[in-house]
Amino acid sequence: MKVSERIIEGLLWLSAVITILVTIGIIWVLLSQSIGFFQVVSLTEFLTEKEWTPLFADKKFGIMPLVAGTLLTTFIAIAVALPLGLTIAVYLNEYAPARMRQIVKPLLEILATIPTVVYGFFALTVVTPFLQQFIPGLAGFNALSAGMVMGIMIVPMISSLSEDAISAVPRSLREAAYGMGSTRLQTAFGVMVPAASSGIVVSVILAISRAVGETMIVAIAAGQQPRLTMNPLVPIETITTYIVQVSLGDVPHGSLEYKTIFAAGITLFVFTFALNNISFWIKKKYQEKYD
Amino acid sequence: MAKNNIKLEAKNLNAYYGDFKALKDITISMEEKAVTAFIGPSGCGKSTFLRTLNRMNDYIDGFRTEGDILLDGKDIYDKNIRVDELRKEVGMVFQKPNPFPKTIFENVVYGLKIQGIKNKAHLEEAAEKSLRQTALWEEVKDKMHKSALALSGGQQQRLCIARALAISPSVILMDEPTSALDPISTAKIEELIYELKNDYTIVIVTHNMQQAGRVSDNTAFFYMGELIEFGKTKTIFTSPSNDRTQNYITGRFG
Amino acid sequence: MTNSDKNRLKDKAFQVFGIFCTLIGLVVLAVFLIDILIKGLGRIDWEFLTSLPSRRAARAGILTAWAGTLWILVLTTIIAFPLGVSAGVYLEEYARKNRLSNFLEINISNLAGVPSIIYGLLGMEIFVRQMGLGGSLLSGALTLSLLILPIIIVTTREAIKAVPGSIRDGSYALGASKWQTVWNQVLPASFGGILTGIILALSRAVGEAAPLIVIGALAYVPFIPSSPLDEFTVLPIQIFNWTSRPQEAFLINAAAAIIMLLFITFLLNGIAVYLRNKQQKKIKW
Repeated sequence: MKVSERIIEGLLWLSAVITILVTIGIIWVLLSQSIGFFQVVSLTEFLTEKEWTPLFADKKFGIMPLVAGTLLTTFIAIAVALPLGLTIAVYLNEYAPARMRQIVKPLLEILATIPTVVYGFFALTVVTPFLQQFIPGLAGFNALSAGMVMGIMIVPMISSLSEDAISAVPRSLREAAYGMGSTRLQTAFGVMVPAASSGIVVSVILAISRAVGETMIVAIAAGQQPRLTMNPLVPIETITTYIVQVSLGDVPHGSLEYKTIFAAGITLFVFTFALNNISFWIKKKYQEKYD
Repeated sequence: MAKNNIKLEAKNLNAYYGDFKALKDITISMEEKAVTAFIGPSGCGKSTFLRTLNRMNDYIDGFRTEGDILLDGKDIYDKNIRVDELRKEVGMVFQKPNPFPKTIFENVVYGLKIQGIKNKAHLEEAAEKSLRQTALWEEVKDKMHKSALALSGGQQQRLCIARALAISPSVILMDEPTSALDPISTAKIEELIYELKNDYTIVIVTHNMQQAGRVSDNTAFFYMGELIEFGKTKTIFTSPSNDRTQNYITGRFG
Repeated sequence: MTNSDKNRLKDKAFQVFGIFCTLIGLVVLAVFLIDILIKGLGRIDWEFLTSLPSRRAARAGILTAWAGTLWILVLTTIIAFPLGVSAGVYLEEYARKNRLSNFLEINISNLAGVPSIIYGLLGMEIFVRQMGLGGSLLSGALTLSLLILPIIIVTTREAIKAVPGSIRDGSYALGASKWQTVWNQVLPASFGGILTGIILALSRAVGEAAPLIVIGALAYVPFIPSSPLDEFTVLPIQIFNWTSRPQEAFLINAAAAIIMLLFITFLLNGIAVYLRNKQQKKIKW
């Protein structure tokens, strides 16, 4: 009996430790494959070259165009999701009747459960043709509609995390503000939002991290042309799209072209890893403050 | 005090939560088939001490003890003692009734089932016996397979006592067993304690001075992790030798 | 106009803006669902559900895609369920507060933030190449299992945390060992919460395309997989493939396939929400 208890605890421990192996596996795979890449392409070229054409005869290995595409779509997504999400959070918390909140919240959560490939379809076949009526220069594949749709997808993430942060602000603060004759708006943006700011910042950072790693929407609707531009109307390519593009093709294993997806992958990983840890750090600090 | 056998005793017991010393040099003996009450203000260590008597604190990070606790003369913190065996011998009832979210029957026979007893007739017999001991049988015999959570608070607590009796312990520890109950249920539990002491050694922690006076044979007064005074309940309540005991009993603090 | 009038006006204006923003989210959702229904509903018939893929849009069906999705669902559950729940139980019930458990916690929340396509790269190297499983169902399910592991662990821990300590005390006091307490008391009491978490995690896995594309799942599979080592496609990949084609007829196929995918996703989420509500009503400690 004592022995079987030990064995069970050992197995449970093993399951928990597997998560560490996953992290090690990810880092090892990304490093071991991209080392081969960086033996051929210098880090300087990778970071400073302005073109990315590994699949063409005239190969150039500058990651900047892919990073630019990723940042552009992310920026558009956040530009849509932050004002919408934060306004919804404040509105539901300070204005909306309880019944409305009960109905609206789960409906908004549906947005977060829809598979991203479906959002991609929506961006390509509905949003882009719709926008083309107002923006004649808009290409069939563009960062604008992909980014906007991604923004809609991220809204519930920002709105529910921000709402949690706002409702965690002690009641007494809100009552103090009302007690001095503040309107709901003044209470919300003068007291509640600043008091919940670290929680809101965490939600935005996590949303950025999500947008940076998002794949299918941009792969379907933003195009496959690595281009160092901030123009949202033309086709671009993100890091994630590039990985999909190469995976769909017939690039032989072990070739330099194959290794490029790991170099792109490690770049993506560094971005999201940094963002996640910043948010983790803020959350930690913030919790200590309230305990 | 010497006329009865000593069932449980602590010798120079110290206990720590990390760096905090919760119990300081406790030496005390508890008589067999008698009720010993622990009283004292909140945080005085009486519950901590109770929980060391069946090693319920083992799973708390950073908890450790020094000194000995002897059950029938054997150290319960000895390496060769298996804690599950110890707890079959030393049962426990808690502050708030904590029936498992299962049927009444499943609650009573839980302790037997985890010992591997599967014989249905045997389990049913044991369940009836311990429910009769706690005067609950007549009230629940028709709903043995209904959820225990549907019982009233007082019934739940008696179920928890029945559950402890089912594995035939010789000692029952009670951690403020009536603090969450109404006066009528409390009276029933106190009556029960009076009955049970014919067969069991009972140690009870209580906040309620009158309760200690009513149910116990011996009383120990704890203060700031120390055992201040211990003796016959009558003596402690009528002529305590220590000022702090006197003050506490007369309600000057606590 | 006095200052206070102005403030009140601003307040009202924000209220209207708040309703407007909330509506944008809901209207987009509605437009989107209606658009897909209009485009795709007419295309769904028995033949569409039971036909193999084809280069001709009118003859193509989603048989292999939804069969692959079902396979992936079952295999991922078999792999991720025991692993995730065990890890959650370990962290919540067994782990002492020390450096290892602290690190495990940070690590798991980090894994939850790793983009799904990175899991694809991991699966590609480890399962497809090193373990030689190829672009099979098993590779796909293993990859997705790792992807949803953090979600299952986190929800398992939350469900276990909700079980009051007094239940554990009661069980220990009757001589139960740690594992007996976990198995007989903690897990049954938290099962509803754990199940909800697993279903939500599976609904996430069902919608994933990117990691499966990376490990080499195919768009064109002319047979139903019959073993975990067979090649496969899934609904999201089929949708991606059809969406990437210029012909209008394929877009209609994609819309029809989306309806089926959303049906599965919403069904899973609906079950999860139902279980959660039922659980909240049932348990009153």
